[in-house]
Amino acid sequence: MSIMDFLLQQSPALIIAIPLLGAFLTPVISRISDKGRNLFVILILAFTAFLVFILAMHVFETGPMTYVFGSTQNVVSNNTVIRILFEVDALSAFMAIIGIIIAFAAAIYSWSFMDNETGLDKYYSLMLLMVVGMLGMVMTGDMFNFFVFLEITSIASCALIAFRTNKANAVAAGFKYIVISTIGALFVLMAIAILYGQYDALNIAKLAQSITFSFADKIALVLLVVALAMKGGIVPMHMWVADAYGRAPASISLILIAATQASLYGVFRVLFTLYGNVITMPSISLGWVMVILGLLTMLIGVIMALIQTDLKRLIAYGAVAELGYIFLAVGTGLTVLTTPENVANIAGYGFEAIKGGIFHIFNDILDIGLLFMVAGALYFATKESSLNKLGGLARNMKYTTVFFLIGLLAVSGIPPLNGFSSKLLIYESIFQLNPILSIIAILASIMLLAIFIKVFQSAFLGPALPQFSHVKEVPKSMLLAMGIVAALIVFIGLFPDLFVTNVVEPAANALINNQEYLQWLTGGI
Amino acid sequence: MKGMSKIVKTIANISFPFIMIYGLYIIMHGHLTPGGGFQGGAVVASGIVLILVAHGSEWMQTKIKEHDLSLYESLGAFCFILLAFLGIAFGGVFFTNFMVNTNLPFGQIPIDGAANLNTGGTIPLMNLAVGLKVIAGLFAIILVMAIATLKKEEST
Amino acid sequence: MIDNLPFIAVAALIIIGLYAVLFRRNLIKIVIGIALIESGVNLFLVALGYRTGSIAPIYTSSPGGIMSYPVPQALTLTSIVIGVAVLALMLSLIIHIYRHYGSLDVRKLGGEDQ
Repeated sequence: MSIMDFLLQQSPALIIAIPLLGAFLTPVISRISDKGRNLFVILILAFTAFLVFILAMHVFETGPMTYVFGSTQNVVSNNTVIRILFEVDALSAFMAIIGIIIAFAAAIYSWSFMDNETGLDKYYSLMLLMVVGMLGMVMTGDMFNFFVFLEITSIASCALIAFRTNKANAVAAGFKYIVISTIGALFVLMAIAILYGQYDALNIAKLAQSITFSFADKIALVLLVVALAMKGGIVPMHMWVADAYGRAPASISLILIAATQASLYGVFRVLFTLYGNVITMPSISLGWVMVILGLLTMLIGVIMALIQTDLKRLIAYGAVAELGYIFLAVGTGLTVLTTPENVANIAGYGFEAIKGGIFHIFNDILDIGLLFMVAGALYFATKESSLNKLGGLARNMKYTTVFFLIGLLAVSGIPPLNGFSSKLLIYESIFQLNPILSIIAILASIMLLAIFIKVFQSAFLGPALPQFSHVKEVPKSMLLAMGIVAALIVFIGLFPDLFVTNVVEPAANALINNQEYLQWLTGGI
Repeated sequence: MKGMSKIVKTIANISFPFIMIYGLYIIMHGHLTPGGGFQGGAVVASGIVLILVAHGSEWMQTKIKEHDLSLYESLGAFCFILLAFLGIAFGGVFFTNFMVNTNLPFGQIPIDGAANLNTGGTIPLMNLAVGLKVIAGLFAIILVMAIATLKKEEST
Repeated sequence: MIDNLPFIAVAALIIIGLYAVLFRRNLIKIVIGIALIESGVNLFLVALGYRTGSIAPIYTSSPGGIMSYPVPQALTLTSIVIGVAVLALMLSLIIHIYRHYGSLDVRKLGGEDQ
């Protein structure tokens, strides 16, 4: 068979294995040369991105693709699934695309951003491990495998958050992050053990087929949703987000956002696919809980962002507010699914809400990522991160100013950038659930715009300060990374329809109907 | 950290080979009896930590540096991933056990209940690779912690 | 009642571990609390695989009879390895925190200086 067919057939394993191989070879290569190691990491991420794109194109056309590890015979025997398998459907491919794009941008950004720090071989190793964990989390079809990749991601993230060990608050943020992460992951393991003890299956498709909604299953559902939402930064478990995002190096905050959204992907996968056959029972009102929590997250994120003086902490609280949008939108879709008289509406505004929520995951990672990269550029140029001390930098750093303007308009949902497209879908659909929700969401957006315009004015506009007269524009690799993300933001903003019909709709379809996910099990392999 | 008295050093020197052989036994027989890469590696690392605590981290730093340990760790992990990739090369999917039921070293199929060391396919080799990585990794963790506390004692 | 003893032990371990994480001020005690929760969840996994009257699932020269399920034992092993890595990371961070702040009190962490 041709080389492309071979790569496509083996791609779920290669997407995990090639960055893993890179992570193990990086300490060896960095003994030889530093620039060679940076180039090696970027090449590995570029090849993985190529594999992700061809896999995504295949999955968007022909449906979910399964990949069995170890052997292709005897996958199901005696009515149990005995092998570990990866199942890539449209939603997994969607999350993998955004994950690898942002990781590639972060690797290019780190070329000059981390240039004068020590211990960089461990930094690149851990960054590749974080990419492995994130991609593995979204592509796996086995619950315990999901737990293992979740832990890989949180250990690698914690080590990277505490990377600047000479700063006390970075180490404290890393410690808080690992304690909260580990307790969340142990609850997930407890829920997996409860599900395994009942049905003797760890495979998601097999569990979805045999799940009845007994009392132990309800406990497992609550544990899974709460623990994964805790890792995703939803109120009232949002306190670690500000510390972790605010004190990590800026290139790590990028990938950390994508890793956090991968935990939200875990919530959606559990709710819609694992419990998909029983979620329509009207005895649970989980949808309304998600709506209320999403609303609270939006409001608290925006209110806390008003009073911050540190730039990265402010953007971190903005990220929390955006997470509230996603949770609110998907919660609306779930509410529509669970009330029996509204099941007909699932083709109407419920589907639009889920489309808006999933589209907003993509846009949110790009927008907040661009803002973090600009914050890192300001820190790199001026060594200051407090808004009280910055000012008048638009004269020295022209390109950075333009990028910050693009990021600011995109986050607040101003046309013609991509934030507007997804937020319009969300506003339209949640208005039909309850008009008050839509009003609060628009208010939160307006407050975000006000906050970031204040940041723009205080950091970039204003009189030139004498201590910043020597500040030059940031190096070209950082500008290139910011340029890639900004170009993608503008492109999606100008052609949203192209993106929604080809990429977002298959993903939302795959989320709602779990029958395609179960097809390899029920229809024979 | 400083070393301990002469009696402790002598007994640690005597018991270290036994611990190492026991750990390597657990690693090698991972496909027959309970054990495997991580468990045996943890036992050997405990033996090395016994030597470290008995002799002191200053003496240990003259023998081996943490910089070399990362090389062994990368080697162990690289061998593991290489064996997994060879599964693709020899026809099949990732992690295929391509050495079982062939004439390669570990390729025998056991007749029931009477398994010997020659069976298992790629599993004993993967156990060895993981064991090397675990020994290097755990030893590096304890060594770095010992050096860190030593610096702390000097700075106060 | 005696059959449920492992599960009662699991509940006790997890509750004591959660109490230690939530209500103790010393950083090392918080880490010990996390180790207790992890031991509780591992015990839960292993206890799920037991069938009444079964022997250990070792295939080499086994004396015959039904064997307990080996899959939860493999899951527990993976969980123990992850626990070791997390504990090593947390203890290394505590060494750094002690160097910066000079005390192991969790109420002194945080703050927006430096």
